[in-house]
Amino acid sequence: METLLQQILNGLVVGSVYALVALGYTMVYGILGLINFAHGEVLMIGALSALTTISSLIGVAPDLPPLLLLAAGLLVAIPTCMTVAFLMERLAYRRLRGAPRLAPLITAIGVSFLLQTLAMIVWGRNYHTFPQLISTTPLQPIDGVFISPVQISIILVSALLMFALVTLVNRTRLGRAMRATAENHRVASLMGVDVNRIIALTFVLGAALAAVAGVMFASNYGIAHYAMGFMPGLKAFTAAVLGGIGNLAGAMLGGIVLGLVEAVGAGYIEDFTFGFLNSSYQDIFAFVILGAVLIFRPTGLLGERVSDRA
Amino acid sequence: MKKSLLALAALGLGISFAYAEDMVVKIGSVAPLTGSISHLGKDNENGALLAIEDANAKGIKIGGKPVKFELMGEDDQADPRTGTTVAQRLMDAEVKGVVGHLNSGTTIPASRIYHQAGVPMVSPSATNPKLTQQGYEGIFRTIANDIQQGSVVGNFAVKGLSGGKVAIIDDRTAYGQGLADETEKAVKAAGGEIVAREFTTDKSTDFMAILTKIKAANPDVIMFGGMDAQGGPMLKQIKQLGIGAKFVTGDGGCSPEFIKLAGDAMSANAYCTMAGVPLDKMPGGKDFNARFEKRFGTGVQIYAPYAYDATMAIINAMVAADSVDPEDYLPELKKVSFEGVTGNISFDDKGDIEEGAVTVYQYKDGKWDAM
Repeated sequence: METLLQQILNGLVVGSVYALVALGYTMVYGILGLINFAHGEVLMIGALSALTTISSLIGVAPDLPPLLLLAAGLLVAIPTCMTVAFLMERLAYRRLRGAPRLAPLITAIGVSFLLQTLAMIVWGRNYHTFPQLISTTPLQPIDGVFISPVQISIILVSALLMFALVTLVNRTRLGRAMRATAENHRVASLMGVDVNRIIALTFVLGAALAAVAGVMFASNYGIAHYAMGFMPGLKAFTAAVLGGIGNLAGAMLGGIVLGLVEAVGAGYIEDFTFGFLNSSYQDIFAFVILGAVLIFRPTGLLGERVSDRA
Repeated sequence: MKKSLLALAALGLGISFAYAEDMVVKIGSVAPLTGSISHLGKDNENGALLAIEDANAKGIKIGGKPVKFELMGEDDQADPRTGTTVAQRLMDAEVKGVVGHLNSGTTIPASRIYHQAGVPMVSPSATNPKLTQQGYEGIFRTIANDIQQGSVVGNFAVKGLSGGKVAIIDDRTAYGQGLADETEKAVKAAGGEIVAREFTTDKSTDFMAILTKIKAANPDVIMFGGMDAQGGPMLKQIKQLGIGAKFVTGDGGCSPEFIKLAGDAMSANAYCTMAGVPLDKMPGGKDFNARFEKRFGTGVQIYAPYAYDATMAIINAMVAADSVDPEDYLPELKKVSFEGVTGNISFDDKGDIEEGAVTVYQYKDGKWDAM
């Protein structure tokens, strides 16, 4: 029983990060129909720029309280990622807005390589130790089930940010403009919405979430390097598809579900298949679930109304 | 300054005289001389150079003629593609034997070129079992391979740590999986029980799910076959999950990097193993280090004694065959048996060193400490 509870907790922590990153994928897709494969690299840049900030601050003033250091790291990471995303949209994607769908997709993959290589030049090939400013000493809320303060804060911060984003999209003028742009660029612009600005803002908002996700990811595992964005990026994209790409609630649900499926899958796949499969198939397990969901619900768990697109 | 210049000039003259009289035999040495492990590469090359100089000082005669050995050092940048390029360059220069390469990843593709050219190669440091399993004649190594290492890991887990119940994780790479499989065999042979066998990848950072499963199996020892970039964070997560088991990993985790990445999770419960023995435990280690330091102004890093022995194996085989022709001395190289710096040097029928030594290290005072 403790094992199952522990696996669910593991899944929730990983899933929260997936969900935050998935939101970035899904927002951009909702508005542009573009899969921004470079989004995972934004997470990496967030983590590494926070790392540089925190370590240089520690170098100057070693006695600063850890939470202040972390806040400083975030204060640098978020604007850095926003700038990167803004430039990415302005320089690479905007020119391709009317182009056939494959062109921006390939461009996104190119941007991803470009950012990774740039990061490799700036931060080097080595693994960096990311300072774990929130305690990783495990607590035992239930006997035999462990969770550390950093994991608790990951779940809380993710929930808070997701709530904030949903409120922004559903309750504010900006959100209404975003929804209008998603429905139809031309009509939205006829109604007085500055479509270019809204699209740029969408990218920037997604990047801010990815920056936070990157810092949380690095804090949890105590490690950062230039290729760290690839796996979470891929998983978050999967989560967005699982939940129904283009749908905010779907991305969140997809992230959490994927995290849980992975953890429980890795833990129990051997029992489920009577020893036939083992944990080297844990990723496959997640993708089998994805396949099954897409067969029965082609638009994902909370699928977007497909007829509106195109 | 003037004196040393004079000495250098004299040396140059000496060599040119030697050219005129002696038969010159070129022996190749390949190792990364640039990049992040270039210090280890230079170490290998110096080891080979010392052996060459010792042999020259002995005034060896082969086929009735005095022989002058010459080292041709090449840089493979630890890159498989560069490795094959420089291997070809050595063959074009008609070297009679090769000492190298340093990494398994460069040695395996290069060994094919040496095999095709019929030139024997002795690696001082490549540990991947595949190297000697390709069926190539004339490929040897003076260091224990990962099969030998795995059996030491398994034995140590069961007997040394009295861990009857062992959980094994590997990263599904050729290295990690190979080491883990060998460990598993050894654990069973030593009477231990494998309570969990889990898998991850060489790109993963989250191991909580498989570790939670392992925790339920309540192992005494957790063994990881993989590199430090995964092993360090893994040890951290073992602590986060409140698992009290001891942790053992192979030479991929036997690095200062591992200690850095595992941070405060490091304790005396962390062990790693590495092929070879530390210098002060080698039969000729102390003496070798002193001579090495005198000659090169710096102590031995890791593999120089193995490179020395590898070079000596080639030279001894040449002397025994009374020929420097690879075709003639290869049969002698297979039979070679002598007391080297690192211990007895003789090869089994695959070309692996017999009685390859493996050392276990324990974390102590901020570094890996040989037990």
